[in-house]
Amino acid sequence: MTLEKREARRPWLLLSPALTTIFFLLVVPVIFVVVYSFWLRTASGADQPGFYLTNWAEVLTDSFYRDILFHTLKIATITTVLCAILGYPAAYFIARSRRNKAMLLMCLMLPFWISYIIRTMSWINILGVSGALNSLLLASGIISEPLQLLYNETTVILGLIHFLLPFMILNIYVSVEGIDETLEDAACSLGSTRWQSFLEVTLPLSLPGLAAGGLLCFVLGAGTYITPLILGGPTDAMFANLVFEAIITQLDWPLGSALSLVLVAVLGALILIYNRFFGMSQLMKGLS
Amino acid sequence: MDNSKRYDRLLDRYKNGDLDRRSFLGLIGAAGLAYGVSTPFAKNALSAVKEVRFDGWGGVVSEALRKHAFDPFTKETGVKVVDGTFGSGDEYISRVKASQTGEYNIAHLSGVFDYARYHELGLTSTLNEKNIPNLKNVIPKLVDVFREVTDGTLSCVPFDYGTTGIAYNRKHISDDEMKEKGAKILLDERLKGKIGGWSDWRTRIWYASLQTGQDPNNATDMDAVWEAIRTHRDLLLKYWGSGAELMSLLAEEEIYVTEAWSGRVFALQEQGHDIGYMDPPNGFGWQECLFVLKGSPMEESEQLLNFMLSKEASVAVAEGQNYPPALDPAKVDLGKKIPTLPAFDPTGTLSGLTFANSDYWNGNQQAWSKQFGRIQKGY
Repeated sequence: MTLEKREARRPWLLLSPALTTIFFLLVVPVIFVVVYSFWLRTASGADQPGFYLTNWAEVLTDSFYRDILFHTLKIATITTVLCAILGYPAAYFIARSRRNKAMLLMCLMLPFWISYIIRTMSWINILGVSGALNSLLLASGIISEPLQLLYNETTVILGLIHFLLPFMILNIYVSVEGIDETLEDAACSLGSTRWQSFLEVTLPLSLPGLAAGGLLCFVLGAGTYITPLILGGPTDAMFANLVFEAIITQLDWPLGSALSLVLVAVLGALILIYNRFFGMSQLMKGLS
Repeated sequence: MDNSKRYDRLLDRYKNGDLDRRSFLGLIGAAGLAYGVSTPFAKNALSAVKEVRFDGWGGVVSEALRKHAFDPFTKETGVKVVDGTFGSGDEYISRVKASQTGEYNIAHLSGVFDYARYHELGLTSTLNEKNIPNLKNVIPKLVDVFREVTDGTLSCVPFDYGTTGIAYNRKHISDDEMKEKGAKILLDERLKGKIGGWSDWRTRIWYASLQTGQDPNNATDMDAVWEAIRTHRDLLLKYWGSGAELMSLLAEEEIYVTEAWSGRVFALQEQGHDIGYMDPPNGFGWQECLFVLKGSPMEESEQLLNFMLSKEASVAVAEGQNYPPALDPAKVDLGKKIPTLPAFDPTGTLSGLTFANSDYWNGNQQAWSKQFGRIQKGY
């Protein structure tokens, strides 16, 4: 074998463990899910192998699934926008702080040390009828009866923000941290105010980080089912809840597979759009 | 049975004169040879039987089982019981479907309908009842319904029974009001936003049948049933999904009324909460069983089942989890606490409880679970 051929093979050899892992742990399961989506569920709960378009016809034509999908996208959009509004100042502050940067970053990572479910359930102790907020309001005489604050769309969004905000902050932080501070000084020396220099220089340069954080928040938010299950009311279900119910409650794995592929397709399309405008490298930067 | 026990039995037979010296030494030699040539894989396979997996409902039920059944059983036999939990029977059957044979062994299942589903999926085993002598103390009615499903054999033993009645906060709903309204209290406009409900499609349809004046095991007007479920949904604060969530919602006074599991309500009452409990006429009665899945280590599983059906373990678990045991009160003295538990039947006939008809519920499972899923989400 010539040296050139050996050189050409080397990257593939080095990549082979990762590619093999991805193939068996991601590609093969997805193929299984695709195959499953064309099967049927029998009355006993057993699966009937074959090639049936029944599940796909149901998922694509039934307005029930479409409405829940739109509701999910709406909740994910609201959450993402709120995360961006709340996360940008925090990320900017951390990136520009001279002292305690490490400690602030540590504080940002702290919630990840606690289970997501526990973090979500903590809102019950805060917003519940006998929770901290109601107790405080009652004790201070502001209200005479406890307020019903839990189990609605607002608490679902609140729970999602709690879960996703660190992802947004980290991505924006990485972006802002990479901006040369002297650029802002240069803008100021050329006559712009601090606010103008932020709007004209810092914000545009940090947009890729904001977009990466937005993408992560949106994808994770749209794919969640725990938050609406714990903090939502009867009509606050999201699309992932439908997948959960089809698989777990109804034992209808073929339908659940079709539903999950729809969600993957919608979120995959979003990632492709993001990649077209910003590229995936920014996302990796935020995750690293 | 482990090797040392086998050896002890063999030695006993030899000492008693049931076995001559030549046969005894021959058997010991053969056992030694078999042990010597066994591969490491065989050793692993045999050692795996030292452990049995048990899945149940979690919370106070799991605590009671661990304390009064599993730990003493492990101490007595050396067989470790690994216990897991599930939120619903549907969730468990889904896990089993995704697992390898033998991964899950014994489950604390509810209702004959689930037993029938496992049978239809080919997941039942056949118990050797000779290894479960304590089965003779179980209420016959509870055993017979399982035998009917599996052609005279058993893949489970009944363990306890209870009801899904209505729990209500006495500060806001009086006992008289409950008696007057019964199941219809769950559709009371006055309590809007303070009503709860289990997210289980069977329970929802059962109670909607009662609310529309129909036989819960044979509803003829399903449109009326779905409408009652919609009405309930619109008055609801939250569908709960586990016993822990049910107890939390009632204890924190997030909700004032919901259908609830009798044992969990009794636990709340023991904690001092002023929660009432009522079984409306034709309320939802159920029995729970210890189900052994196909591919489980049968001898060890039967040993555990027999241990759990002993009076000591059964009564202690029942007192811990607050559900009456399946033991027949006509044959076994159940002590002082059990007769005070909700749903307890001192006659052992269970004639006052209405159980789900498995053919009716399983026959409609596919369509009704899906339809309820839609209504639950506002459709």
